[in-house]
Amino acid sequence: MTQEMSRPNPDELLASIKLDEERSNRGKLKIFFGMCAGVGKTYAMLKAAQVEKLKGIDIVIGYIETHDRKETNQLLHGLEVIPPAINEYKKVLLKEVDIDSIVSRKPEVVLVDELAHTNAPGSRHTKRFQDVMEILDNGINVYTTLNVQHLESRSETVSQITGIVVRETLPDEIFEIADEIELVDLTPDELLQRFSEGKVYSPGQSQEAVRNFFRKGNITALREMALRIVADRVDIQLRQYMQQKRISGPWKSGLRLMVILGASTESVSLIRWAKNLSYTMGATMLALYVEPAKKLSPVQQEKLTRNINLAKQLGAEFISTSGVDYVKAILNIAHKENISHIIIAKPRRRNFLSLFRLGNYINQLVQHSGNIDVYVMGSNITGDEKYQKYSTLPSFSSGFSQYFLSGIITVLLAIAFYPFKNLIGYQVVSFAMLFMISILAIFYGIGPILLSATLCALCWNYFFIPPEFTLHIDKAEDVLMLVMFFTIALLNGILTTRVRKQEKLTRDREERTSALYHLTRDLSLASGMNEVLNVSVSAILKFFSLESAVILQGGNNELHNEIRHESKLKLNESDMSIASWSFFHAGKAGKFTDTLPSSSFTFYPLTGSKMRLGVIAIKHLNAFNADEEIFWDTFKTQVSNALEREFLNDLAIRASILNESEKLYKTLFNSISHELRIPVATIMGATDTLMSIDYNKETYQKLNNEIFTASERLNRLIENLLNMSRIESNRIRPHMDWHDVNDLAAKVTQSLRGELQNFNVELVIPDDTPLVKFDFGLMEQVLQNLVYNATQYAAKGTTIRIKIYYDSHHCYLQVMDRGPGFPPDTIPFVFNKFYRVEGTIPGGTGLGLSIVKGFVEAQNGSVTIENRQNGGARITVKIPSEKPDFERIETPNKE
Amino acid sequence: MNSEVIILVIDDEIQIRRLLEITLSSESYKVLEASDGKSGIIAAATHNPSLILLDLGLPDEDGQSILIKLREWYTNPIIILSVRNSDEDIIRALDNGAIDYLTKPFRIGELQARIRSALRLAQSANNSSSILTFNSLNIDLVNHVVKRNDEILKLTSTEFSLLVLLAKNAGKVLTHQYILKEIWGHGYIEQTQYLRVFIAQLRKKIEDDPADPLYIVTESGIGYRFQG
Repeated sequence: MTQEMSRPNPDELLASIKLDEERSNRGKLKIFFGMCAGVGKTYAMLKAAQVEKLKGIDIVIGYIETHDRKETNQLLHGLEVIPPAINEYKKVLLKEVDIDSIVSRKPEVVLVDELAHTNAPGSRHTKRFQDVMEILDNGINVYTTLNVQHLESRSETVSQITGIVVRETLPDEIFEIADEIELVDLTPDELLQRFSEGKVYSPGQSQEAVRNFFRKGNITALREMALRIVADRVDIQLRQYMQQKRISGPWKSGLRLMVILGASTESVSLIRWAKNLSYTMGATMLALYVEPAKKLSPVQQEKLTRNINLAKQLGAEFISTSGVDYVKAILNIAHKENISHIIIAKPRRRNFLSLFRLGNYINQLVQHSGNIDVYVMGSNITGDEKYQKYSTLPSFSSGFSQYFLSGIITVLLAIAFYPFKNLIGYQVVSFAMLFMISILAIFYGIGPILLSATLCALCWNYFFIPPEFTLHIDKAEDVLMLVMFFTIALLNGILTTRVRKQEKLTRDREERTSALYHLTRDLSLASGMNEVLNVSVSAILKFFSLESAVILQGGNNELHNEIRHESKLKLNESDMSIASWSFFHAGKAGKFTDTLPSSSFTFYPLTGSKMRLGVIAIKHLNAFNADEEIFWDTFKTQVSNALEREFLNDLAIRASILNESEKLYKTLFNSISHELRIPVATIMGATDTLMSIDYNKETYQKLNNEIFTASERLNRLIENLLNMSRIESNRIRPHMDWHDVNDLAAKVTQSLRGELQNFNVELVIPDDTPLVKFDFGLMEQVLQNLVYNATQYAAKGTTIRIKIYYDSHHCYLQVMDRGPGFPPDTIPFVFNKFYRVEGTIPGGTGLGLSIVKGFVEAQNGSVTIENRQNGGARITVKIPSEKPDFERIETPNKE
Repeated sequence: MNSEVIILVIDDEIQIRRLLEITLSSESYKVLEASDGKSGIIAAATHNPSLILLDLGLPDEDGQSILIKLREWYTNPIIILSVRNSDEDIIRALDNGAIDYLTKPFRIGELQARIRSALRLAQSANNSSSILTFNSLNIDLVNHVVKRNDEILKLTSTEFSLLVLLAKNAGKVLTHQYILKEIWGHGYIEQTQYLRVFIAQLRKKIEDDPADPLYIVTESGIGYRFQG
């Protein structure tokens, strides 16, 4: 039982293997970590570099900031410095890490100071840590420095403690992927000492701020934070170690934490706090966004996007969902994702509309969460930001015209009923008004309904309920009726609007589903790369209203330098280099991203399950919102899959062609080299003998015969090869003309006179055989090959029958022998080039019959093989031909 | 007598030239050699050979244009010796005035026979005899009588014209177009079926074995040649 328990969870094991794999290819990252500026991180890093250098390690400086401190400058001695890239921005020259030079220099270790630095606009990446990541990806180890306040998840706390807003932050992920963290520690007293000696340089802050910062309380807090992070990390490493070695520990495995984020600033601290928690718990983190029914304002949208990016940067997996019922939506996802902890923000203030709900959503969430722990975070941010309502209530978003019209309609209705009030009674009027409100609710939002309900109540009270023309009501039941009227009207309106909202959500989702369905269908129907691209690009235009361009890789894992479809997008050279970057790093780049955001296009890599395919460039005016992003991702995946399918197809075809030519080469080599060498050997041997040895007349004659036979064999082989290459290259242009088949037969039997002399040749051509249209040269070769084959395989003295006749628009040409015939299972293959039936006599290339087939087919004919009843083979060539037109044949000659 | 017969070989391949020199000298022909078109033309002009063996693939100039240049003044037979065996090339060479062609590789015996009949044709062009005799075949041009083994053959007028055309050019390859033009006229040069039918009829009458013709030889895809 305990054995069972101590077995590592396969998922975790896999994760740790994956981590190992990733790390083995990548360079190692060592961070010199400190609590704040001035603790001596750069100094420690350079010192370590000097030690490595002494060990003979190729270590260079990629970027260093010594702030001209003497001790630090001294440590630079003997270290190679790769000059930084210099960018001009607003007439100021800014130095940044020169990634390309470092990569091409390819040292073992490179020093890059100040990991959290933000690059100048126009640089390749917005942040230096991205530069470092790229260097690491190229297998180069990096030494760098970092302060605790720059960690995304800690910056919030730091600014709370010190009052300084930390702008240069970087995702915690980089801290986690670091292979080594070296804590550079100093006691607060020592640091303050150094500060007062002016040895601490703090950029970008006013003197006052800096003085405020360097207080003992602050420094102690920061120090604690730094120490804790390092301690936590050690703890995690210990756990990883135990996991690998299957040592049981007290940890709870498989914790999954989900943070519910919103479009408010307070979500930021929520996400950071959740990250800290997940890190210490060793839990994976998910971030969930529940889309409200109401559309977000651009400001909110921007905040939301930032929050989502933050969550992603902190290593959270992001999910978005929609649903009118906020709590249900959260719990759905939580169950599906097997969440153990939900982290959610406390609603800031209660809204009067929440009166209509049965308790707020936090209560509901706690009530229904079952065994999921729910952490409710308090918020400390006050200000003009409004609490984002995910309420089940519809929102006030209707236009002015709706208010106006609903008011007018209400008043008109009241006026219309006024004359009849004595006839039908004032109670009935209230029903009519309720009816009208119900109808209005179908078309208008909640605001106009509220207005309309209030107006109705007032009108009814003032004009209809006695005493008329006063708001005073005599009877208690009328008061009750008025209250009930107002409530019913309002509820009616709210419910209807809610149904409508839900309906709209469903419709939106349906639209997307159907869009994806159409795309999938079209893509599966598309055949060939170009069609897939066309379908994709037009689908993007149709469903996203975006112009796009696809750049594919050229089969060598390098991006082709051309756009692979007709696009309205004009990508220049620098855009192409961004595309390349996106392709190689399998990350998005360009506008609205952290990498090269100065471009006017956004580039998304197209990655299939087995290979990288290319990059798609789109031009958007606004960044995708969370929902669109997910839709776009799915869309992209479909396109990638289809492209991958085509790519793999192409590769398979190419591979099979290669395979085929390999095979051809082998057969050619084996068969031809044999066929060429034998006659050459014969000729050389025979002539050698003739030159050197005394021979009698008979030997002389025999040797001469051998030489002649060998040359004929060579000649035939060459002829066959040339003919084959004519067929293969599709170079045959048959010259179809009228010919006498007798002429053909005579010609062939004459040229094969030698071979045929030992056979009984039977030539059968009916007297009434008309002239036939064919290419004489080709047919001569065909018949010659067939007859020659017969002489090679049939026994001497047997009959070879050549029969030519004309029947119903076709000329038939048959060659029959009494040889061994063809083994039935080989018949389908005998026309393949270089195919030879096993066990047949040596000599021959296996080209004869394939040439026959090629030449016959060039004349639109066909050829068949069958075995004759009493042994032997019959080969029939069938050529389509009309009878010639002879109407003027007896025209007297000109004499 | 043969010692006066000069044959000029224009070929860039030394091996072929050497082979021809050896074999033709043994037949008592005097053999001159030229390795390219320019020196070939000079040799032809200085020695006025009785016959020229011309290769189509020459290093300096295309054989066809050499042929045309030679034909401007040279009237003796020219036989083409070439590895090019496409029908178009051969027909063009024949149209340009070559009398016969042989594709490499060729049998020496065949070449010698062709040379002999070419020389004979050149001689017979000089003596305009009214009776042509080939083995057992006897053609009386004046009286329009053809005899085989002294037996008079009944030929239609078209058959007779055809036979006379072929026989007068014995040893020379006549293209289909040339024959059609001569016998039927310019409007019929595409009507090869006429020619086939008449050749078949003629063979039945003059040949001992029409399936193995001796007099009228088919040159695949090119035309016919009358063998003496």
